[in-house]
Amino acid sequence: MVPLSWYIILSAVIFSIGVFGFLARRNLIIMFISIELMLNSVNISLAAFSHYLQVMRGQILIFFVITVAAAEAAIGLAILIAYYKNNPTIKVDEINLLKG
Amino acid sequence: MTTPQIFFAYFAIAMTVLSLLVVTRRNPVHSVFWMLVLFIHIAALYLFLNAEFLAAIQIIIYAGAILVLFLFVIMLLNLKQEETVKKYQAQWPFGAGIAIIFAIFLSMIVAKITVLPALGAYSIEAIKAEGSMMTIGKVLYTKYLLPFEIASLILLVAIIGAVVLAKKRIE
Repeated sequence: MVPLSWYIILSAVIFSIGVFGFLARRNLIIMFISIELMLNSVNISLAAFSHYLQVMRGQILIFFVITVAAAEAAIGLAILIAYYKNNPTIKVDEINLLKG
Repeated sequence: MTTPQIFFAYFAIAMTVLSLLVVTRRNPVHSVFWMLVLFIHIAALYLFLNAEFLAAIQIIIYAGAILVLFLFVIMLLNLKQEETVKKYQAQWPFGAGIAIIFAIFLSMIVAKITVLPALGAYSIEAIKAEGSMMTIGKVLYTKYLLPFEIASLILLVAIIGAVVLAKKRIE
């Protein structure tokens, strides 16, 4: 029997790797990918709790998290494409048109 | 270590290594491919947790739609692999420190849960009696009907927004 705390620690580790990827990379595509990584780690935690507490709420919430992640990835990438037409870069520190 | 624990140990180590590979590759296509392998491992972990329908949904939607969307955008932007440009931002040790502090905090606080609330009604036998998909369907369409309809509105907004944002402007 795998203890519940193992799943939580795995979810925390993958979440923190996603945080590192979001904060430390310059490439916008990799930043979007790290957001997906963070959402997936939360999914793992929800599935573990749903299994160990014997409720269905966790699995239903995973459903909605996957839906919202798909919608947010689509909109984020559309914004990136729209900006790329003006300023053809994906390095996040070169996107500084509003800088004072 | 029992056999499920050995399998879980493989999945845990593999997922940690894969997520590190995802965030550290220079070529974004390599990142997306490692992410594909990571999603398949996550789907296998859902199978561990008696959520077969969610494992199928994970592969269909994440590996089949979101990853393909990423690959299309990378292809559309025609990103070439940079050799000499810096990969990380200037403040990347700060980001690594924050991530390590997050991991330590979450592991110390959340993993110490010993007292769980009373167990619900959906034990493994109850879910296996009807199948994972039937159980999720019964709960989703009765108790969680409003969030389901709101999720469909979110998808509608995403469709319209993506089309409007990425369209070519006719001057």
